[in-house]
Amino acid sequence: MGKMKGLKCRECGKAYPAEPLHVCEFCFGPLEVDYDYEAIAATISRDRIVAGPKSLWRYIDLLPVEKEATVGLHGGFTPMIRATRLGQTLGLDALYLKNDTVNHPTLSFKDRVVAVALTRAREFGFDTVACASTGNLANSVSAHAAQAGFKCFVFIPSDLESAKVLGNLIYHPTVVAVEGTYDDVNRLCSEISGEYRWAFVNINIRPYYAEGSKTLAYETAEQLGWRAPDQVVVPIASGSLLTKIWKGLKEFERVGLITGVKTKVNGAQAAGCSPVATAFAEGRDFIKPVKPKTLAKSLAIGNPADGFYALKTARETGGVIEMVTDDEIVAGIHLLAQTEGVFAETAGGVTIAVLKKLVAQGAIARRDLTVAYITGHGLKTQEAVAGTLGEAVYIEPSLEKFQRRFRLKET
Amino acid sequence: MAVIVRIPSPLRKLTGGLGEVEAKAESIGGLIDALEASYPGIKERVCDETGAVRRFVNIYVNEEDIRFLTHQDTPLKDGDHVSIVPAIAGGRR
Repeated sequence: MGKMKGLKCRECGKAYPAEPLHVCEFCFGPLEVDYDYEAIAATISRDRIVAGPKSLWRYIDLLPVEKEATVGLHGGFTPMIRATRLGQTLGLDALYLKNDTVNHPTLSFKDRVVAVALTRAREFGFDTVACASTGNLANSVSAHAAQAGFKCFVFIPSDLESAKVLGNLIYHPTVVAVEGTYDDVNRLCSEISGEYRWAFVNINIRPYYAEGSKTLAYETAEQLGWRAPDQVVVPIASGSLLTKIWKGLKEFERVGLITGVKTKVNGAQAAGCSPVATAFAEGRDFIKPVKPKTLAKSLAIGNPADGFYALKTARETGGVIEMVTDDEIVAGIHLLAQTEGVFAETAGGVTIAVLKKLVAQGAIARRDLTVAYITGHGLKTQEAVAGTLGEAVYIEPSLEKFQRRFRLKET
Repeated sequence: MAVIVRIPSPLRKLTGGLGEVEAKAESIGGLIDALEASYPGIKERVCDETGAVRRFVNIYVNEEDIRFLTHQDTPLKDGDHVSIVPAIAGGRR
């Protein structure tokens, strides 16, 4: 049996076995997992999911692993927050936040994809895992590799936020800081992956790894009471997350867990790295790579691997891809923190700022059931808000001093 | 018009292992046909059934992507350097 039939080229349809492969040798298109949806539909049910673990593994029937989960057992199933105060501020009656700032163990949505990638890597028998990363992925691969006992190499651009560098080192992987942009890191890693038999989660394991992002969509539907939202707003780096959220919703419909999926899938980019938003605005169906220059380093991919598919998904679903400036990103981080008590990293600022823009443009209507994806924690990108915050008030430990300082009357 | 064409490693089986070949053509479209004549089988790898360059194949004329020039109509002149580059670099595993 087996829910995976194999891999299939997304462009030309050529079939491959379910091995550590990612590129079609014929047309160079990306490979993706080919599932036996009939078999899955025959087994899966809401009850079966609800009875499963309180983690992303409750959706194992739709994930590309052959046996049980062995790595990242506590990832996913993060809170879905009804964002009343932020909704009021923006003019939305039914706004929700999918809060992956508290994902386990490294506080970003990458804990989902890495749980799936390393479980699969173990099935393949790899002893070394690696990744090219803008930060969050490296943190997650490092932590999961430590727990699972893999040897680990992570490759990052040399200009990353200090917390994202420290957030690797603490787990004792080999951290390689490459002088260059993420795109340079990625190119180097493609070459390295040709030389060693390592599980590069976002290169040769990519078809499996990327599927982990679908669990954000599954959780969204389940947590909203088994229905799809009217609108989603998703940050775009490689474009994979946005594409997979849409795929997840459609799969839930296909296997009969939800009906009537008409979700508009909106994308969010930073103006300093907006190859997908620019192509969307210009009506192009190809992406022009850019050299990133933005505060939102986790989204700074100038040559996004799934940019074309993200563009296609937004267009086909009636969504919009927008971009915001660094100042708007910082304002978005503040707004989210002040209204909902959620401290997001820069990507979250991008998402909130784009959400605001889309409401103002009328692309998202007041009554639309809307979900914004907050994909990483603000403590990892403190530099972004440094200098934009108030300061603590320093006083001596005396009641009188306190009252005088704040001019408060005694009761 | 003789131009120099860089062949990526996955296509070198078709060029007898050559990483660089010379060809004569007035445009990218003509160049692809000329390559097909010398190295049969190369066109279906680079172009889809409609004859358009495949989505995950990039062609550069002197470092400029032909999608930002005039696609297959992009003219060529003597001495131009053309590179065929798969968008997703494949590893040997």
